[in-house]
Parts: sequence; structure tokens; C-alpha cells
Amino acid sequence: MSRYIIRRFLSLIPTIFIIITLSFFLIRFAPGGPFSSEKNVPEQVLQNLMRKYHMDEPLLKQYLEYMGDVLHGDLGPSFRYRDSTVNELIGQSLPNSMLLGTIALVLATLAGIAVGIVSALKQNHWQDYTVMSIAVIGISVPLFVVGPILQLVFAMRLHVLPLSGWITGREGFKALIMPALTLSFPYFAYIARLSRASLLEILRSDYVRTARAKGLAERTVITKHVLKGGLLPVVSYLGPAFSGIITGSIVIEQVFAIPGVGRIFVQSALNRDYTLIMGEVIVYSLILVLMNFVVDIVYGFLDPRIAYN
Amino acid sequence: MKRSLFVLVALLALAGSAFAQDFIIANGAEPSTLDPALMQDTTSNQFYLAMFEGLVQYDPRTSKGIPAMAQSWETSADGMTVTFHLRDAKWSDGTPVTAQDFVYGWLRTLAPETASNYAYMLGMVVKGADDYNAGKGKAEDVGVKALDSKTLQVQLVGPAPYFVDMTAHSAFAPAPKWAIEKNGDQWTKAGNIVVNGPYILKEWKPQDYILVAKNDKYWDAKNVKLKSIKYLASDNMSTNYKMFKAGAVDWMNGIDVSMIDEIKLRKDYQASAQFATYYINLNNQRAPFNDIRVRRAFAAAIDKKTLVDKVLKGGQIATDEFSPPMAGYTPQPGQGFDPAFAKKLLADAGYPDGKGFPTLTYIYNTNAGHKLIAEYVQQQLKTNLNVDIVLQNMEFKTLIEMRNKHDFTIARDGWVGDYLDPNTMLELFISDSGNNSGDHRNPAFDKLMEDARMAKGDARMKMLEQAEKILLQDDQAIIPLYHYANQDMVDTSKWGGWYANPIGYHPPKFIYKK
Repeated sequence: MSRYIIRRFLSLIPTIFIIITLSFFLIRFAPGGPFSSEKNVPEQVLQNLMRKYHMDEPLLKQYLEYMGDVLHGDLGPSFRYRDSTVNELIGQSLPNSMLLGTIALVLATLAGIAVGIVSALKQNHWQDYTVMSIAVIGISVPLFVVGPILQLVFAMRLHVLPLSGWITGREGFKALIMPALTLSFPYFAYIARLSRASLLEILRSDYVRTARAKGLAERTVITKHVLKGGLLPVVSYLGPAFSGIITGSIVIEQVFAIPGVGRIFVQSALNRDYTLIMGEVIVYSLILVLMNFVVDIVYGFLDPRIAYN
Repeated sequence: MKRSLFVLVALLALAGSAFAQDFIIANGAEPSTLDPALMQDTTSNQFYLAMFEGLVQYDPRTSKGIPAMAQSWETSADGMTVTFHLRDAKWSDGTPVTAQDFVYGWLRTLAPETASNYAYMLGMVVKGADDYNAGKGKAEDVGVKALDSKTLQVQLVGPAPYFVDMTAHSAFAPAPKWAIEKNGDQWTKAGNIVVNGPYILKEWKPQDYILVAKNDKYWDAKNVKLKSIKYLASDNMSTNYKMFKAGAVDWMNGIDVSMIDEIKLRKDYQASAQFATYYINLNNQRAPFNDIRVRRAFAAAIDKKTLVDKVLKGGQIATDEFSPPMAGYTPQPGQGFDPAFAKKLLADAGYPDGKGFPTLTYIYNTNAGHKLIAEYVQQQLKTNLNVDIVLQNMEFKTLIEMRNKHDFTIARDGWVGDYLDPNTMLELFISDSGNNSGDHRNPAFDKLMEDARMAKGDARMKMLEQAEKILLQDDQAIIPLYHYANQDMVDTSKWGGWYANPIGYHPPKFIYKK
């Protein structure tokens, strides 16, 4: 088991290495550069900028130097935000996105599973139809529609929640409610459908029929046998969902003016802020790869059918 | 897990703003820097206006320079030397502001290792500045000297009449040497920063907000009304507009274009002509636009007034000119809307009723507003010339790259003046200008622009008028569509000291609650 974990962990290193290398070269092939703008800077100013950011050196040398810095945990200076390093920018924004993402995912998971159980047990009853209709809406309506609708109702009409912005002294974490709800909505919907489908399958399985046949109370059948197997797909979904909810909160961050990592990611790509794009790519891929790794491990503990030999 | 999360939330809540603010600005984006030498965008410039002060500052009504750190100045008879007399003023740490601080600030902007984008503005006017910035000259040879702690003398490359106004720009800021040397790149962070303007940085939450508070050491502190100002970094215009409507924002720069029909009816919507022009860029060296008749036919085929009145609706001003009008300068319009003449010109060029005309690709950067305009142009050319063009949108940096490489035939373009003078508009079309993406080449135009550099007063303005005439009447190098409008949301019945002006700078020093 532990040998498997170590081997699996070590295999992450080349993955990350390849991602960094590919991104490093790919973004440099995109048209335009960090210093191009509607007003072109004079040639000598451009030269000064290139020298300052070592872009006048051969690409391979830039790459090797960058990799050296990354190994030391230094993601370099931002090309766009000239008073800040990439470490500072990500260090300040990532915790905000993590906090928001974690709350949203906890909400989505708890509510999604609860709803999934109800509709699986009440299959084809009105409860089932109602929540599954909501789930379909959740999956199909984009976040940039849900967010503004919530804003309109709770901030503009009812005046109970702040319209946008991040946690401040006065508002406290009320500012988190709408963005967290909005962000959790599609994940909630997906988890609800996922757990319903999987629970239904388990409910029809032979070992559940056996459990019932030997006279176990329905409650015990559900909690002991059905849920354990039925929620496995949800667990494996949580890994990608967690990375998705953190990296995918860009729209929410814009609509609710949240100082998160998603907003600077979009901006950095449009600005060709090479170092900042790279920094974000590294952080995002680390999250993604690590989450998948964790899920793999956890799965082994939950599912007796999987053996790590 | 849950408990630690709760503690984290509570801590974050406590760490939030401890300061109340008088005035809240939706600033449209996170500023790229608070260092005046490095500023290059309007978002950052807001903080220059709040925290720093140059020799002159922008008049809130006219955008012209008015005395600031310099109490007075005189220009030598040949117009090549300007001597500024500084007032008694202090930095926020109590150190007196001296002429040496200006010398240091200007040389710092120019130093090649600073890599300032706007160093070229100093280079344009100050003797020796361009060479120093290019690494070809020495700092000692730059024409800015402190005669004593209160007298600053500047040698110019020519009698640039706009020079004094220009010194209101952030590239000409004084800089606190001691604070910069002590904190290096971190000198603009709250607690480190030393300023000489009306406000000082209190809190900087990246991507969230910046809070500035009144600087009691400021020389004119008694006339500064707002105690503190909060600048929100939100870049979502729709959210900003909702915030404004809900009273959570006092001034919003820019508008939610999709809401223009609602917005333009509001009393707190402020639209005013901006010193800037939106135009169609034509590649003058590439067929079919290497033929003046085709360029002129296109100019004659587009009804700019309807574009502005029926499509844009935001207070823009339709134009056939490139440089906006100003005192002493009469812009010289190119070909106006005349569909019959357009048809004739195109026929003369060998394309009667558009027959045989190649299908051109009009490129523009992805944006709802640019798309509307592109579609309008497409429809006008079809209706009035029976010519088809294909629209292609792309990312901004890609568009810039294609324009720079002259790798286009017809493209969307725009230009915002850096200071109130036709020179900042027209110099774009000098043959070897780095921004001459349409590849306009006319020696007569180049010569007039060159001569105007050394000329003064009315004679100079006449030269610039003549140059614009060549650009638009002889060459029709581009097709101007309209002058941009500054679009702001601010209730001027509630806030005083905020005036619509051509550059769109609104120094917060003057803003007060009525």
C-alpha cells in the first residue's frame, strides 16, 4: 500500500514538469507580448523592458533560469503588476479562492448528497421530480446568469446581502453567501444527480436484496449497505470538483468582485504576463494533480474491491 | 476542519477595513503600479492624482496645467529654458520637497534599468533625456538641474509650448530618494510609501480595493475636503453599475455599454468629448487601399453621424477629423459622408458598383462595442458601395501584433491624446513612427511635423493644421469615425469639484460633498 502511494506520488513529478515546460514555450508563441499595447512604446523603451525582464536572452537560457527559480520557490516578478512578485500576487489571492471554493464545495456536497438520497428513495415521486428539475437547471444555467439574479433579488430588492466585494469588517462573511451559493449550484446539481443514479443502482443490487431478505430494518439497509457503496462515485468526483471549483470560479469572482486567483488568471493571459500565467499554471496543475492523487488513495480505503498491489 | 474554517473567516472579518471612507470610486481594474515612474494606465494614474503632485497639476475643469509644487515659472526668450520656482511643501514624512527631488524623480524615470514606458515623454522634450534613456548618454547631461533647493531649471530640445502642461503627467513626478533607496521595490507598499500629494496610501488589498486617507502634511491640506477615498478594483461594469445604483459607489469611470438606453436617461450620467479618436485604419501600402480613390470612397460611404446617434448613443461626437478641436487649432476634416461621390470614386478606381472589388477582412479586438461598429461599417459599405467585407474578431494583443506588422488591410483603431495638443495625435502618422501601423508615408507631412517641433505659437499651429490637411484631404490615410466620449457615473448635484473635461482626469483634491 505505502509503496503504491510513494510510486503514485513520484509519478506526479514528471507530469508537473511536462506541464510547466509546455506552458513556458506555448505562451511565448502566442501573438503579441507583455509589452505590446495600443500605444507602442519606442524601441529604446522596449529594449529597456526586455533587458529588465531578461527577455533579451536566448529562450533556452530563459527557460533554464526560470526552472531554477521555480525549484527555489521563486515565481519571478509580474510583468504587469510591477510593484508585486508572482508569489505575492498568488499568495494574496489563492487563500480567498480556496476559502470560497471550500465553502461552496462543502455546501454542494452536503446538499447534493441529501437531495440525491431523497430522490433515490422517492424515485418517480413528486419529491424526485422537483429536486431533479432543480438539478437540471443547476447544470444548464450558466453562473453569469445565476449570480446577477441573486444580486438583483438579495442585494438590490431585499437589501439583505452586500452586492459584491470581499469580507470586510462591517459586512463580515455575509459577502460570502451569494458567491458561495452561486458557485456551489452546478456542483450541487451534479452531485445530486450522481448520487441519485448511483444509489438507484445499488438499491437494485443483489446484496441489498439479500440484506432485506434476511430481515434487516430498512434504515440499517440504507445506512450500512446502500450509502457506503452508493456514494463512492461522489468521492471520486470530489477531487476534480475541488480543483474545478477553485480554478473555475473566474466568472463568480468577476460578478462579485472577489479578489481571487481566477480573476488574475484571465487578466494575466490577456496581458501576456508570462510569469504570472506560469505561476498560475503551476498552482492550478499542482491542485489538480494532488487532488486526483488524494482521491485515488481515499478510494482504496473506501472500496474493498480495489487492492493496491 | 469546520471549526478552523470558522476561525479563518472570523480572522478575515477582523482583518477587514478599519477605516471609514468618504468617497468610493469604482476604478475599473487593479492598478498595475503605484510608482509614478512606472505608471502607464488610467487605473494607476488615479493614484498619481491622489498621492503625488508634479510641478503643475491638472485643472479639474480644463485639464490644463495649474501651479502645484511650482508656484511660478518663467520661460527664456528662445523658449528653450524653463525655470520653475517651487513652493514650500513637505513630503508625508515631513521632509521638505526640493528641486533635487524632481531631478532625482525625472532621472529615475529615464534610467534604462527603471524600464519606464513613459520615459519617452521626458525624452520628447527634455534635452539629453532621450539619449540617457537609450543608454547612449549620461545622466549628468540631461537638461534638468536644481539651481538651489527651490529652483528647478529645465533645458528643452525645442520650444515645446505644451511642456509646462506635460509636467502634470506622472512621468514628471518628484520622487523621495531616501524612501526608495530604503525599501527598493517595496517602497509603494502601505507604511513604506512617502508622498507629496493630498492623500496617502492606508490599505492596499490587491484585486479588492485601495484606501487612501488625507495627508495632513500636504501643503494645501486645508482645502482638501474628503477625508478618505476607497478605490474598488472590480472590473465588471455590470456589477459596478449595480453598485452605483445601490449607492455603494459614488463615481464610476466607464459604463456598462449594454445598459446605455437606461443609463443615458439618468441625471448622474456624465458624457463629455474626450481628447481621443476612434478610426478605421487602412493599410496605405496594400491593394486596394494603395489607391487614394478607394480610401476616399470608403470614407465617403460611411455615415458617421448615424453611427453615433443610432448605434452608440453614448455622447460620442461623429467626425471626419483626427485631432479634436482646441483653442488656436482648427481641425482639417477629410472626406465626409457622400454616397453618390463614394460610388463615383470607386468606379473611377476600376470597381463600378463594387464589381471586381476584393473581399476584405476587417479585423477588430473582441468587444461588444467594437463589434457593433464593425457590423455597422460592413452594412454601410454594402449599402453605399455594394462592397462586401468579412469581419474577424481577435484577442487585443493579436490585433496589435497584426497592426504593428502591417499584416492587415483594414482594421479598427483608436488613439487617446497624452496631452492637450494636436501634436500628440498627428505624430502617429510620421513615416517612421512606431505607431504608424497603416504605413502612411508622405515626406511633406513628415517635414511639417518636424518643422513644427521647433516652431512657436500661431505659426506652429498653422503647420500642424497643414499637416492634418495632408493627412486627411490629400491622403485620406485613415477614416476617422468619432471622438470618444468620457463616460462616467457621478451625481454632480451631490458631489462638487468633479467636472467633465477632455483628458478625463479628476483630481480628488477638488472633490467635495455639496
